[in-house]
Amino acid sequence: MVQKLDTLTETPSQTAGPYVHIGTAPTYAGLGGIYEHEIGQTTYQDGAEGEVIEITGTVTDGTGWVLRDAVIEVWQADASGRFAGQEGADPKVTGWARVCADPESGEWRLGTIKPGPVPMRGGGWQAPHIVLWIVARGINTGLQSRIYFEDEANGDDPVLARIEQRPRVDTLIAKKTGDGRYRFDIRLQGAGETVFFDM
Amino acid sequence: MTATRDLGPLIPRNRDAHPPAYDPDYKTSVFRSPHLPLISMESTPSEETGPRFGHARLGPLDNNLILNWTKGAAPAVGERILMHGRVLDENARPVPDTLIEIWQANAGGRYRHIKDTYFAPLDPNFGGCGRTITDENGCYEFLTIRPGAYPWPNRGNEWRPMHVHVSVFGHSFGQRLITQMYFEGDPLIARCPIANTVKDRGQLDRLVAPLDLGRARPMDFLAYKFDIVLRGRRQTMFENKLEGM
Repeated sequence: MVQKLDTLTETPSQTAGPYVHIGTAPTYAGLGGIYEHEIGQTTYQDGAEGEVIEITGTVTDGTGWVLRDAVIEVWQADASGRFAGQEGADPKVTGWARVCADPESGEWRLGTIKPGPVPMRGGGWQAPHIVLWIVARGINTGLQSRIYFEDEANGDDPVLARIEQRPRVDTLIAKKTGDGRYRFDIRLQGAGETVFFDM
Repeated sequence: MTATRDLGPLIPRNRDAHPPAYDPDYKTSVFRSPHLPLISMESTPSEETGPRFGHARLGPLDNNLILNWTKGAAPAVGERILMHGRVLDENARPVPDTLIEIWQANAGGRYRHIKDTYFAPLDPNFGGCGRTITDENGCYEFLTIRPGAYPWPNRGNEWRPMHVHVSVFGHSFGQRLITQMYFEGDPLIARCPIANTVKDRGQLDRLVAPLDLGRARPMDFLAYKFDIVLRGRRQTMFENKLEGM
């Protein structure tokens, strides 16, 4: 016999299901007013430093069908690359929000502040990015991904550098469609499948 | 820049403890599971930080689903229960001050959601969502009614066991977890393709909350205990570098 480890195992994930909005976006589900303050409405308040941008997209399944019931959570740094709670972070940027696909079209829309580059442990910088966590019916464990920006210097990003098949990097780059406007479509499966991380 | 002590990278997920993305018995997963492997790498500050929620934004009835839909005017119908437990990390440390959200069907198995068309009636006094923040020891509690089983279109005659959906934040975005709590003794658990996406029987058992008579309140409510473990941080004496260095 050997000594016993005193570590625990993580609780297993389960799908968020089709009614995830009841718990995470009650107004969307038809439960408006149950909470005085509903969280996750926006990543920033008026007066936040930096460029206000809008990102739109869809989430499609392996048949090309657009998901109407997906929920995407985003987490990002402020315009100078600091996360909420860190010293010097912009107090008007929470950096976190929830985005629900439109129940008719499946389009989602995120209005936010364009994040700055974020330092890596041990030196180096990550290009500006938004971390995603995608849950829905049929997704057993929330999927981690990232949004990068077409008009930023992504060449030295250490996370993108880890993707061996270079054409796949493109699935993480939001395309500029106008002034401060970007398009980012997520493909869960099949041709053009978005890169998902285990980080 | 910041003097925050680096708590170390997140311990990588043991994917064998979680359901596979693709499980044909749960049909929707067939179309919604990535075919290509996940890209694995050590967490970065982007995964090691995460949103924090203060108590100030919570209302006094937010963790009381028996009363929160009617703002205390009338109680929901059903079996009154206390759902409680602790949130710990893999290093067995409590996770204090973290947000937990739950949602569930009513006593008849009907959800208050625009998309639910099951003909079991809505309870006019039941909404179905709640939230709370763990205390300094990582403890939480909700007062609610036990949800009913309900049918769903998967195979021909499929019924979900009684369950409560649970969403936990932890202190890092990379700890984010959504799961489901089941109830001790429910014969539908073994027949449920969603519960059984968890392939390790010991892991599935960890989603089943035992009856906890010690926390039941006589003449008022029964109790069920549901502990939750989130990812921990990997720290050694060789890894005490400053954040951002």
